[in-house]
Amino acid sequence: MCKDCGCNIIDNVVDPKTHQHKIEIERGILSKNDRLAEQNRNLFKEQELLVVNLLSSPGSGKTALIERMQVERSLLGTNNLNLGVIVGDLATDNDAHRLQHRGISAVQITTGNACHLEANMVAKATQQLDLNSLDLLIIENVGNLVCPAAYDLGEDLRIVLLSVTEGEDKPLKYPTMFKSAQIVVVNKIDIASAVEFDRERAIANIQKIAPQAQIFEVSAKTGQGIKLLLAYLAEQLKIKPSIQPLHG
Amino acid sequence: MMQNTLDIAIAQARQNNAAQIDLLTMNIGELSGVIPEALEFAFEVLRWGTMAENAQLEIKTIPVVCHCPKCDRDFQPEEYIYQCPRCGTTSSKIIAGKELELASLVVSS
Ligand SMILES: Nc1nc2c(ncn2[C@@H]2O[C@H](COP(=O)(O)OP(=O)(O)O)[C@@H](O)[C@H]2O)c(=O)[nH]1
Ligand SMILES: [Mg+2]
Ligand SMILES: [Zn+2]
Repeated sequence: MCKDCGCNIIDNVVDPKTHQHKIEIERGILSKNDRLAEQNRNLFKEQELLVVNLLSSPGSGKTALIERMQVERSLLGTNNLNLGVIVGDLATDNDAHRLQHRGISAVQITTGNACHLEANMVAKATQQLDLNSLDLLIIENVGNLVCPAAYDLGEDLRIVLLSVTEGEDKPLKYPTMFKSAQIVVVNKIDIASAVEFDRERAIANIQKIAPQAQIFEVSAKTGQGIKLLLAYLAEQLKIKPSIQPLHG
Repeated sequence: MMQNTLDIAIAQARQNNAAQIDLLTMNIGELSGVIPEALEFAFEVLRWGTMAENAQLEIKTIPVVCHCPKCDRDFQPEEYIYQCPRCGTTSSKIIAGKELELASLVVSS
């Protein structure tokens, strides 16, 4: 013990006159979230549930994509991919209602002024779902391409959604988010030509920033491309134990 | 996020029987997605009424380092496109640059 001030660190004294000490910490400031995310991940593993963290700017079509997946999933045949959803939003619970209308079990998390979901919120929301009956749990994150990137929720896969109205340079503007995704979905391709979307450039940008990502081009409105995405997710469910989380 | 940092810092300072925190040093990776100015702003607001009220916040930005599997060497990418300067392979193996850490504290009693 330091005899001057009774503090139990005697190394690293910066200035003995003022009793200043340096304490080395080297601790992740989100270590609490990471620990809770790991607990979620263990729960999802026991349940043999594929969990997807769905991320985009507001209005890219996250909710619409999930609705369309529900409509198309029966067309896949034997593998029915029972769907559950946790929706994060700043204020309203409209999205959960929209999804429930489609017969999807959906739980809303209202985050108030938090601009992202955290692992503890997801843990709480899962208690309201019958995980046993689900194969695929989609977590619709708060519409934001910055803050949610840092928060592991315990998911297997991240899908970043980008709609054709948002411009081809979006991946260059939000590299952290795109680099954390295993899947990038380009949505609203039904209106691509109307908004003069430069497909080649957009795809090239995604590939440059996120070479690891699998790319799907879809329309949540017409259903184009959705079956391929569903088939890919069904495949991922089968190989779930071997999926490596990209972040954290 | 800054709240988490302060909570950890205050708990650590208490454990060391310190009366106040004088300096917090954080390591923030370029690829963490966190903007140092945002942390500084939050710190200005959150420090009042805590034992870090008079503390300075020092943020060290950690550059991105990638690993090229072909050359088996690390490199610092120039841009957000992680191309190995030797062979041109695009790498997604990131060795550093994602840090979000409270590195150290200076406290006094
Ligand atoms: N044309 C077109 N509109 C879409 C598509 N997907 C979503 N939208 C529209 O985009 C708006 C935002 O969709 P929403 O699912 O609420 O976005 P979220 O905020 O990401 O959940 C709604 O008006 C949707 O009807 C699409 O594939 N094509
Ligand atoms: Mg929505
Ligand atoms: Zn190389």
